[in-house]
Amino acid sequence: MSTTERLGDLLRELAPQVLGVLLRRYGGFEECEDAVQEAMLAAATRWPADGVPDSPRAWLVTVASRRLVDQVRSEQARRRREVSAAVREAPDAAVAPAPGEEGPGGRDDTLALLFLCCHPALTPASQVALTLRAVGGLTTAEVARAFLVPEATMAPRISRAKQRIKAVGASFEMPGDQERAERLDALLHVLYLVFNEGYIASSGPDLHRGELTAEAIRLTRTVHRSLPDDGEVAGLLALMLLTDARRAARTGPDGALVPLAEQDRNRWDAALIEEGTALVTGAMSSSPLGPYHLQAAIAALHVQAPRAEDTDWEQIRILYAILGRIAPNPMVTLNHAVAVAMTRGPQAGLDMLESLDGDPRIARHHRLHAVRAHLQELAGEHAAARENYRLAARRTTSLPEQRYLRDRAEKLER
Amino acid sequence: MKFLLSLYLSAAALPWGGLDHEEFLATAGQAGELISAHVFADPSLGAVVRARDGVVTVTEGPYPQTPDHVVGQYVVDCESRERAVELAALIPSGQVGGVEVRPLMDSAGMEM
Repeated sequence: MSTTERLGDLLRELAPQVLGVLLRRYGGFEECEDAVQEAMLAAATRWPADGVPDSPRAWLVTVASRRLVDQVRSEQARRRREVSAAVREAPDAAVAPAPGEEGPGGRDDTLALLFLCCHPALTPASQVALTLRAVGGLTTAEVARAFLVPEATMAPRISRAKQRIKAVGASFEMPGDQERAERLDALLHVLYLVFNEGYIASSGPDLHRGELTAEAIRLTRTVHRSLPDDGEVAGLLALMLLTDARRAARTGPDGALVPLAEQDRNRWDAALIEEGTALVTGAMSSSPLGPYHLQAAIAALHVQAPRAEDTDWEQIRILYAILGRIAPNPMVTLNHAVAVAMTRGPQAGLDMLESLDGDPRIARHHRLHAVRAHLQELAGEHAAARENYRLAARRTTSLPEQRYLRDRAEKLER
Repeated sequence: MKFLLSLYLSAAALPWGGLDHEEFLATAGQAGELISAHVFADPSLGAVVRARDGVVTVTEGPYPQTPDHVVGQYVVDCESRERAVELAALIPSGQVGGVEVRPLMDSAGMEM
């Protein structure tokens, strides 16, 4: 790891902690967040030349506090041409940390910040963008680059999100017990979206977007350390690790997608698999089964098989049946149908797909056609399979996926 | 997810007033969904370039000989197709014949 990377990691680890300190001292999420970003930029330019200070966190808190005070001062000067007593006192307070601020608690601050950034009043896209900036410590330009949009598009998205948080009066504190479960669901969903965004794009020309998977795993690890007994947090972390473990094997040398059954299992990351599997097993005994935990358990069964034909499909089928009961959605039914086909024959799987034809959420979705084509291929119905692969290829909006589906259709013509 | 909103207008209604869609621009712009906006010059100013067997021909005028022309385009990045349709509905229909909402392909691949 280079010095620049180590510095980047340190800054991003500290960003939410510094923001937590500022929020507790001064309040005002929008202003505090801006001040922390400025302090991070100052550190990124000055530390490589001057060296990292003895207490990087205190340095950042001091610089960010000064920026905040300057900002408040100039705004007030503009508005009233006078400086309030409260602000005059602030610079002194900013130099010496208040008791308790330097102790542990950075982790809980990070969790409280995540809850704030994933506030239900925001759209998922805004939750994601704000989380990456305020908790992940990414600049607006970096968030924009990761989502392949211009900075001019991302900046208002983030600033609107901050204004919205102010408008709904959301505060920097842990949600109460009643609200907590629901808010945690939203938080985990945001982390899942960040991971997925990086993972599906982690090949070809979008390599830098793969950094999003690392960022999602890092943030989920932080949440897991704060809430070690939560099965869904452990489940999501396990799901990410078990999925990421297959990353190297999921694309061929020419960048083409390689399906799970055809992947070179020697290229899977054994350390990630071990860690992910241990998390799934550990959570099994401690908490009731939730959707992330179940998906992680399914992912674990896939990676435990030494060869594709050794996969324990019966166990996977049972887990999908449970998942379909506790969190029904058409994508789960699709996967469930594949597991049914693998255990009871392709026709049983195809019969199950029929229930989805009338479901407007998925009837026109390319995945339904792709799965139907795959099961028809297994059933030996090659002409029908070819048509459905072609239909799926036309309906996907992903270029690599389109290429894969077109290739499958062509193979059936030979 | 990115969408191209193409604004169509009948040839008879040209010239066109331009992208004067305040509500759309304010909504998509402030939400951080607007990526780009283009007003097209008159179709008669275009040229169509074709290459057949190594021979390049240039034809003056528009490609499709249809009664309707694309007069402008927006690219938006938003949550879903439903949201893109909602944004397109903010473009006053009186000014254009219709707005086509078309998803753009991206380089993401599914998890297999």
